[in-house]
Amino acid sequence: MPLSTQSQADIDQYILIASLDNARNLSNILKAISFRDHAIFNATQNGLKVTVEDSKCLQANAFIQADIFQEYIIKEDTVGFQVNLTVLLDCLTIFGGSTVPGVCTALRMCYNGYGYPLTLFLEEGGVVTVCKINTQEPEEPIDFDFCSTNVTNKVILQSDSLKEAFSELDMTSEVLQITMSPSHPYFRLSTFGNSGNAHYDYPKDSDMMELFQCTKIQTSRYKMSLLKPSTKALALSCKVSVRTDSRGFLSLQYLVRNDDGQICFVEYYCCPDEEVEEE
Amino acid sequence: MKFRAKIIDVGCLNHFTRVVNTVSRLTKACVLRLTCDHLYFVLSGRVASGGVSMWCELSQGNFFDEFQLEGVSADANEILLEVAPENLSRALKTAQNAKSVKIKLTKKSSACLTLAAELPSLSSVSRVVTHDIPVDVIPRRLWHDFREPQMPDFDVSIYLPPLKTLKSVVDRMKNLSNSLVLEANLNGEMNLKIDTDLVSVTTHFKDLGNPPWGDDGSQSSSPHRDPELMTEVCVDIRKLQQFLTGQQVHPSRAMCNIVDRRILHLIFLHEDVSLQYFIPALA
Repeated sequence: MPLSTQSQADIDQYILIASLDNARNLSNILKAISFRDHAIFNATQNGLKVTVEDSKCLQANAFIQADIFQEYIIKEDTVGFQVNLTVLLDCLTIFGGSTVPGVCTALRMCYNGYGYPLTLFLEEGGVVTVCKINTQEPEEPIDFDFCSTNVTNKVILQSDSLKEAFSELDMTSEVLQITMSPSHPYFRLSTFGNSGNAHYDYPKDSDMMELFQCTKIQTSRYKMSLLKPSTKALALSCKVSVRTDSRGFLSLQYLVRNDDGQICFVEYYCCPDEEVEEE
Repeated sequence: MKFRAKIIDVGCLNHFTRVVNTVSRLTKACVLRLTCDHLYFVLSGRVASGGVSMWCELSQGNFFDEFQLEGVSADANEILLEVAPENLSRALKTAQNAKSVKIKLTKKSSACLTLAAELPSLSSVSRVVTHDIPVDVIPRRLWHDFREPQMPDFDVSIYLPPLKTLKSVVDRMKNLSNSLVLEANLNGEMNLKIDTDLVSVTTHFKDLGNPPWGDDGSQSSSPHRDPELMTEVCVDIRKLQQFLTGQQVHPSRAMCNIVDRRILHLIFLHEDVSLQYFIPALA
C-alpha cells in the first residue's frame, strides 16, 4: 500500500486525506457525472460532494459519504477545489480496468490546501503511481433552489424499467418531455424526433413503481442534450426518484451501489426548456 | 531470383499470421528480406517513420515445411522486397483454416508475392484462394540500408514490466501528454513519467531484473556504475503505444535498452521470432 511510503511529516501537511481499497468505488461514480471537464470538489466531515455543471441549466452531484472510505481525515470544516475531471478519471484508472476478481487499485487521495495540486497515490500489484493534478479555485455551484416543499410530483422507480427507455431515446428529438399526472398516463416520457413521436408510459400500479405521489398534472420539456448524460448515472443505479417542482425544474436522484454493496447517491438538476413556456 | 515456400501446419500458419499482423500494426510499408535460413521484416529509421526502426527476425524452419530460395546471385543469396504488410495480413486472414499455404515470388504485370491457400471443402476437390500481393524488388545497391541493426551502446538494460500493466499505464498517459520519459537503472527499477501544465504522473516499477549481457554485450556502463543511477529517454508516447498495442505474439522475454537521452531500444523475444524496435528520443 502506498501508505507505507509516506512519512508522518507528509501526512501532517495534508488537510484532506481519503483512502479507498478499491479506487473503482470513486471512479465509477465520478464517471456517472463526467459530461464536462471541470468538477467542483467539496469535502466536509460527512464526505465528498463532486459537482459538474453545464451551461447553467444542468447540475450533477455525486455524494460519497465519509464511511465509504477506508480512511477519511479532514482538518477543516470544508475543503473545496476545482479539478479537471477527465484528467482525474484517467489517473484513477491508470492501471486499466482489471477484470481479475480480487485485483483492484488502492487509492490514497491527498490535498494540502489552496494552491496545491491534488495528489493521488495509486497501487496495484506492487506497482505505485503518483499523480499530481493541478487545482483551481472552486466556483460556487448554482443553487437550483429545489426544496421538498415546492415539489409537485414525485415518483420512485426501479432503474431497470427506465434503462431500456433511456437507451432507446430518439436522439433526433431536441427535447425529452416528462408528463406526471395523478391519472392516466401517470408517468410518461415523450420524444418528438425525425421518425415521429414516441411515448414511454409507466402506470402507477406497475411493479417497477415503488412510490407514486402526483398531486397535479404537469408536463415539462427538457433539452435532450442536457439530460442524455444522466443515462450514465441511470446505468449504475438500482433506483431513481423523479421529482418536479412548481417551476417545472427537474430533480433526478439515483441510488447507486458500489462494488462493495455500499450506497452512494447521484443527483441531476435540470431547468425546463424555456421555449415551452411561451406556448 | 526464385522463391517458393509452403506452410502445412495450422499452428505454424496461425503463428506466422500473428507475426505478420503485429508487423502490419507497426508500419504501413517495410522490407521483407529473405535468406535461406531466415525471414526478416525490416523498417529502417527514416524521417517518414519518425525515426523509428524495426527488425523482426523469424527462423524459416520453424514456420515453413518447404522453403526454396535462389537469391539475386550466388554470393548474394538473398531477396529483398518492399511490401505493405497489411496486404499480406489480409491474404493470410482468408487462409485461416487452410490445409496448406504456398507463397511464391511471381511476375504478373509487376513483381508479386503470390499466396495460394488450399481451403478445406466438403467436396473431394479443394478450393484454392489466390492473392497476388504487389511487391517492389529492392536492388542490391540499396541493401546496406536493411542490415541487422547493431546493438546500441546502451547505458541500462532492463526487463519490461508485465505488458498488460505497461500498456494500461501508457494508454492512460497518452490521454494526458504527448511525450513520456522512461527511466531505469541497474537495480531493476523503472519509472514512467509525464509532466504537463495540468498534471504530472509517475509510475514506479520495481524488481524487474536486468538482463545479464555479460562479455558479449556492448554495455558501456563500467563495472563501477552506481546501480541506483537512472538513465532516461524522452519519447513520443504514440510511438511507444503503437508498439505495445500492436503485439499479437506474447513474448517469452521482453526487455529494453536505453541509451541515455538518445534511444529506446525494445526487444521482444519468442521461441522462433525476435522483434526489435528503436524509438529515438524527442528532440
